[in-house]
Order: sequence, then C-alpha cells, then structure tokens
Amino acid sequence: MEFLQQLVFALVLGLSYALIAIGLTMVYGILKILHVAHAGIYTLGAYVGLLVVTHLTHNFWVALIAGMVASGLAGVLIYRGVYYYILRRSRIVPLIVSIGIFAAMNEFYRLVFGPYQHAFPAKLAFPMVITPYFVITPKQLLIIALTAVFLLALYFVFNRTKVGLAWQACSQDLAMAGAVGVPVDRAVALNFLLGSALAGAAGILMAFYRNEVYPTMGNVVAYKAFVVVVLGGFGSIRGSVIAGLLLALVETFLGSLEWFEFPRDAIAFLLLIFVLMFRPKGLFGRL
Amino acid sequence: MTLGYLLTVGTFTGIFMILTLSLNILTGYAKQVSLGHAAFFGIGAYAAAILATKAGLSFWAALPCVVVITTVVGVFLGLPSLRVSHDFLVLSTIGLNFIVGAVFRYFPFFGGSMGIVNIPTPTFFGRPLGTAGYFGLTLVFVALAVLTSLYFSRTWGRLAMEAAGEDETAAKAMGINVAKFKIYAFAISSAYAGIAGALWAHYVGSVFPENFGFDRSIDILAMLVLGGLGTIRGAIFGAFLLQVLPEALRVIQDYRMLISGAVLAIMMVFQPMGLLGKGSILHVGFQRAWKAVRHGFGRAPGN
Repeated sequence: MEFLQQLVFALVLGLSYALIAIGLTMVYGILKILHVAHAGIYTLGAYVGLLVVTHLTHNFWVALIAGMVASGLAGVLIYRGVYYYILRRSRIVPLIVSIGIFAAMNEFYRLVFGPYQHAFPAKLAFPMVITPYFVITPKQLLIIALTAVFLLALYFVFNRTKVGLAWQACSQDLAMAGAVGVPVDRAVALNFLLGSALAGAAGILMAFYRNEVYPTMGNVVAYKAFVVVVLGGFGSIRGSVIAGLLLALVETFLGSLEWFEFPRDAIAFLLLIFVLMFRPKGLFGRL
Repeated sequence: MTLGYLLTVGTFTGIFMILTLSLNILTGYAKQVSLGHAAFFGIGAYAAAILATKAGLSFWAALPCVVVITTVVGVFLGLPSLRVSHDFLVLSTIGLNFIVGAVFRYFPFFGGSMGIVNIPTPTFFGRPLGTAGYFGLTLVFVALAVLTSLYFSRTWGRLAMEAAGEDETAAKAMGINVAKFKIYAFAISSAYAGIAGALWAHYVGSVFPENFGFDRSIDILAMLVLGGLGTIRGAIFGAFLLQVLPEALRVIQDYRMLISGAVLAIMMVFQPMGLLGKGSILHVGFQRAWKAVRHGFGRAPGN
C-alpha cells in the first residue's frame, strides 16, 4: 500500500529531524540561545564519519562513534570557548556569533573537503523488513532503531538521573539552580556534549541514508530543526520529537500530492509562519 | 589594474553600501536581525529584470515600480515580526532565503535555474551608460541612500524604532506604536534593498537564483557588524572593507565566507559596536585625536 510506504519515509525523515532538534531544544531550553552553529556540528559529524569510512574502516559503527565523539567535543568547545563569555550580553550577541560560527564552519568544510558531494561508502549488515504492505530498507531500519535507542536513553537520563534533574533545574532558572548548588557550568557543558553528539549522529545517519556528504548539507537542516523546535514549543524534548514527526508527515504527504507544486522545503517555512502567527508559543508550548 | 576594473569594483561596492545601509535600518535601528536580506535584494533584482525584459520598461520607468514592489513585499514579510520575538524572527528570515530562492528556481515565470538574462543597460538621455556612467549612477544612489539615512536617523521615527527594538514593553508604555514602527523598518529597509537589486540586475545583465542566497545575507550582515551596527558611517565603512579588501588581496577571496563568519563572531565578542561604532577603539581614538587637534589649533590650553 502506497500510504504505509509513505508513512515509513515520513517516520525516517521525522526521526532525523527530531534527532537534530533535540540538541537545539536542550540548548535553547537552558541558555535561551538560538544555537545556529548546531547545524555546523551536524555536518561535522558527517565529515568525521566520512574520514573514518574512507581512510580507516568501512565499519559503520566505528564511524558513528567517532563522529559522535568529535561532534560532542566540538559542541563543548563552542560553549566553553565562545558562548560562555557572552551569555550575559544582549541576546542578539550570541545569536550573531552563532551565525558567524556556522558560516565559518561551512566554509571550512568547503576548503578542506572540496565543494563537491562525497559518497558515504560505509558497510553495515542490517536486516530488511518486507511485508505485503510496505518495505523498510536496512538503512531506514537502522535510523528508526538507532533513534529509538537514543530517545529512550535520553528519556532515561532526563528523568532518572541527577544530570537530568540538573538540566531541568537549569532550564527553569539558571541563577536559582546555581544558588542551590547545581554545578551549572558542568551541567550546561554536558548538555552541549550530549546534544551535539546527537546532532553528529544525525549527520552520519543522513549521510549514510542519502549516500552524500557536502559542505552546505546543514543549511536546510538547520532551518528545519529550528522549525521543529518552534513547533515543539521551545525547550520541550517530547514536543520536538512529535513536531519532527509532524513536519515530516506534512512534508511527505503534501509533497506527494500532484497538484501541490510548491517546493518541498518551503512547507516548513509556511508551517513556521503559520504557527508563529497563531500560536507564538509553539504547538505544544505551555502558554 | 585597469580603470574599468576599478570602476566595476566601485560599482559593486556602492551597491553593497546601499544594502548595508538598508540592513542598518532594520537591524541597526529596529534591532530586528535579518538573515534574509539577500532575499529582499533578490526580489528587487528580479523585479527589475522582469520589468525590463518582459514588460520592456526602461530602467528609469521600472525603478519606481521596483521600489513599490519591494516595499509591499517587505511589509508583507515583516508581518511575522509582530508576533515573533527577536530570535525567532531571525529564523523566519533564514527561511526567507530558501523560500525566495525556491520560488525563483521552481517557477518558470522567474526563468527557473536558467535565470533571466539580457537585461538591457540603462540609458541616460538616449545614450547607454558605460562603465563610468554606471559608476556615477551608483554613486548618486549611494549618496541618496546616505542622505535619506542621515535624515531618517535624525527623526523621531528612528528613536521610536530603537526604543521598540530595545524593549518592546517599555516602548509601548511610552505610547509608541511598536507594530507600526517595526513594519516601517521592514518597508524602508526593503525599499533600499530593492534599489540595490535593480542596480545590480542592470549592471550584471542577468539574475540567477543562486546570486541571492543565504551566503550573501551573511555577507551583508557581516559588513554591517564590522562597520558598526546602527551607524551610517559604520555601514559605509564595513561595506567598503569587506567588498574592496577581497578584491585587493586575492587570497581573501577564496576564504570569503570564512572571513565573513569569523568577522561576525569575533566582532560580536570583542567589539560589538563595530569598528566605527560609538565607543569602539577607532572611534574613541578619532575623538581623542580630534580633541587634541582642536586644542592644539583652536585656543592654546591655559588661555
């Protein structure tokens, strides 16, 4: 059935959106910074994965771990090296800085790896699901399974560990959290580490899925991840996951309509404007 | 280095000066960070290109139409800013680049990815403008942009815009119609950008969707931030530096975006007021020097 197959596509796309958006949501929830450079980290994950795959081993898992570690560290570096010093300034400052870092990162990838698309020749033995109604390719299954694992792990960290508690406290009131003894700085750094690692994972997964890596692969994604954060209600992880899936569903089904001539990537923008105009706190935001 | 080359560089620099001045009103005064300024620029360029090639209008006849079109589109695109706070407006402006680019690319009316070519050179009293003539034309428009900006910066409108940008609630409490001034900022800013777009389209002779992408928006913002947000001298100086330096030093040309990005980040961290903004190292230095000169030549100290 066509419908179920489309649903599979939407699920895969939506989970990848959610994976990127989670890091943004976490950062926005605590620091209230629109961390545009997050998309640069997404691309970084893909390139580190590519380096591993082309030079070291074709094993996908090694590439994934290397990419996640590199992305996580890069995220912490951006926080400790830059954001840390400008947190108290007017909110326009970190925003422009973040945009600058993102632009510089994109250009860096272009200079180092060249402006063209690279293939992503990783090898992975993963089963294929074939039912009478729909087919899930190994790559799709990988994305679904891996994202599910990440989301569950994140849920656990958030709700069952001290770190999660610290994050929740920080996102409610950074100063108060510090006053009652939460090591705010470490909590935020850890937040960046985890969020960025997830973005890196998303980068590798998408690179593997689409079999392409290129310097500006983060542009549209950055934008869509932000749309997901907005739809999800700024700082709510559950909201981001739902919103990611929702955006992917809308994109997939509107995009497959024949009379709908509008470019697919524009849908997110229309959705964003629509939501911001009528529900400025996001679809799932607490008003 | 021939004269023609210098004039070409000068013309492009002038066009970017107009763009930076345009962004200065939106981001410098009204504090609405726009990462979609290339989209406004592109709308102006495409409007001029279509009016020239499809409607057969001359540059001079088309220019008012272009200004009207970009202003109307600017007002329309500024509407979300009424509901959306600072950071999320930036998002919608990032999206603007993709949307406008996609529209230009997908709809055959805009020429698709082949763009629009064969845009005629404007004529002046029946004679086509040469490189020098066009440079002169651009200079006239830059001067107009500076003068109108100067005028605007001395009106109550600018104060109201700045107040609304700094603190919306406080501005409202003072009786400022925040919505009105935000929309004004978008309208004025996009009108300037439209003129810059028309100049660009007629000079280059063709427009393509990729001329007006996200990168260009970042470039324009970097020029403004480098020179000094909210100052006219900063806008002019920033556009000059980032447009002329890469021409003078070819090395920089290859690292263009890297430099724009780094400029944005480094300036905002260390000199958020820009090179020539109030309180910046250069500005304070100039003021001191000026004071010293006045003291030296005016009246001798101690008299």
